[in-house]
Amino acid sequence: MAEWWTVWSSYQLSDLLMFSPAAYARLFERYNVAVWPWQLPMLVAGIALMWSSRRARPAPWSWLVLAAAWAWVAWAFHWQRYAQINWAAGWFAAGFALQALLLVLAARRPAAPSSQAWPGLALLAWALFGHPLLTLVSGRSWRGIELFGVAADPTVLASLGLLLLQRPAAWWLWPIPLLWCAISGATLWTLKAPEALVLPAAALLSLALLLRFGLGTRHPASR
Amino acid sequence: MTMKPAHLARRQLFRRLALLAPALALPSVAQANPAPALKPIPSTGETIPVLGLGSWITFNVGDDAQARDGCTAVMRAFFAAGGRLIDSSPMYGSSQPVIGQGLAALGPAAGSVFAADKVWIGAGARGPAQIEASRRHWGVARFDLLQVHNLLAWEAHLPQLQTLKASGLLRYVGISTSEGRRHAELERIMRSQPLDFIQLSYNPLDREAEARLLPLAQERGIAVIANRPFRQGELLQALAGERLPPWAGTELGCSSWAALVLKFIVSHPAITCAIPATSQVNHLRQNMAAASGPMPDPAHRRRIAELIAAL
Repeated sequence: MAEWWTVWSSYQLSDLLMFSPAAYARLFERYNVAVWPWQLPMLVAGIALMWSSRRARPAPWSWLVLAAAWAWVAWAFHWQRYAQINWAAGWFAAGFALQALLLVLAARRPAAPSSQAWPGLALLAWALFGHPLLTLVSGRSWRGIELFGVAADPTVLASLGLLLLQRPAAWWLWPIPLLWCAISGATLWTLKAPEALVLPAAALLSLALLLRFGLGTRHPASR
Repeated sequence: MTMKPAHLARRQLFRRLALLAPALALPSVAQANPAPALKPIPSTGETIPVLGLGSWITFNVGDDAQARDGCTAVMRAFFAAGGRLIDSSPMYGSSQPVIGQGLAALGPAAGSVFAADKVWIGAGARGPAQIEASRRHWGVARFDLLQVHNLLAWEAHLPQLQTLKASGLLRYVGISTSEGRRHAELERIMRSQPLDFIQLSYNPLDREAEARLLPLAQERGIAVIANRPFRQGELLQALAGERLPPWAGTELGCSSWAALVLKFIVSHPAITCAIPATSQVNHLRQNMAAASGPMPDPAHRRRIAELIAAL
């Protein structure tokens, strides 16, 4: 058996935790202060995403907004800041950058309205307003709030919401957000954060809805 | 020559005494923290304090200036209490540069540091570059101890470390594991390789090493560093609601569970030192208090282990 497997399989989840809950909270506090007022245009962009999706068909520019959010998180959060306390964050940055590119490609795809709009819209609303409030009530200071387009988790949640609205669904847009839900959930679980199950639950729910309603693979032009 | 009024002279005298207060207070601080007990490194006979300072999680604070100052304060208190060995790893995120910043800030106060680090990389050929990067982070001329972290690629790294030692660029060679991981392989390495140190997890609840590894370390003359003395804080959290038995204070001079746990660990004849990690000065002082005073005898050790296992 390869040594890397022997070594890595001997680690428990808690062995890979490299920082304290206090250091993680301080990371977001200092990040929010450093990038202010980037939060404001991202809040407006998030609301615009919801507005454009109200008829269950996201506009092409929605994917570009999302791509910009992923690219920002890749660079400003993962690469510049999270990587200081987590050596894996360089890989996270690469994954988020790749997803940003994929989202740009998604903007070029023809779109049809989704027959089930409310789960996607609900997830979008949770990402924009619910999740940030949850991070506050779980003990963070308001400076440590996690916002769409700034922090990874709400950005990924909003993406899952928009992906649920996408018809026909592009399967290749799903793996990275789902993987991040697992990574973030595991991180928060080892940190004993109260919100640890939110992202894994959102991922499972989204996956279940995707399977329930299907990928809608028929091209709208062929109907 | 004009004379100053007596009350002004007295006032000036009191002001000067006030300025000298920190220096005058030093002896009392030293009395409050007696010199830590020392144990020899079997391969050379050099002695080191029985308590060192770990840096896993606690010193990984990135470029957070406030948190870095806190880490420097912990290091200052550590050296003031007679501590020497600080342990880190490339696996611990920003811990190495944080230690380096602390050492630079403390200057001569940190001159006695026993720098212990690790090599943690799968490719043996990249080991020297990682070690050099670690050394630069610390800002030391050379490491006192380098350990192969979690046995990763030990076949490639150990010969390189021995070469460094032979050329005078390193004083001691070791290998580390934690959480009871791969003990059988560690035993095989201890039997076949010339080692100055091993590092493993040991505390009143994690005593697997007592069966084979610790006796083997004594037999082979290998120093032992005990990591995760508090099970990443979980042991102390579990004990927090429990009353410390009176005999811990009267017979062993312990005023906290932390001190009792640490005294249990370092009183094992094979253990050279334990490396609790903390980001708080008051916890550091509490820990270092366990390095002096009466140590548990075998009867005490049985009592401590049974007591903590039962709680």
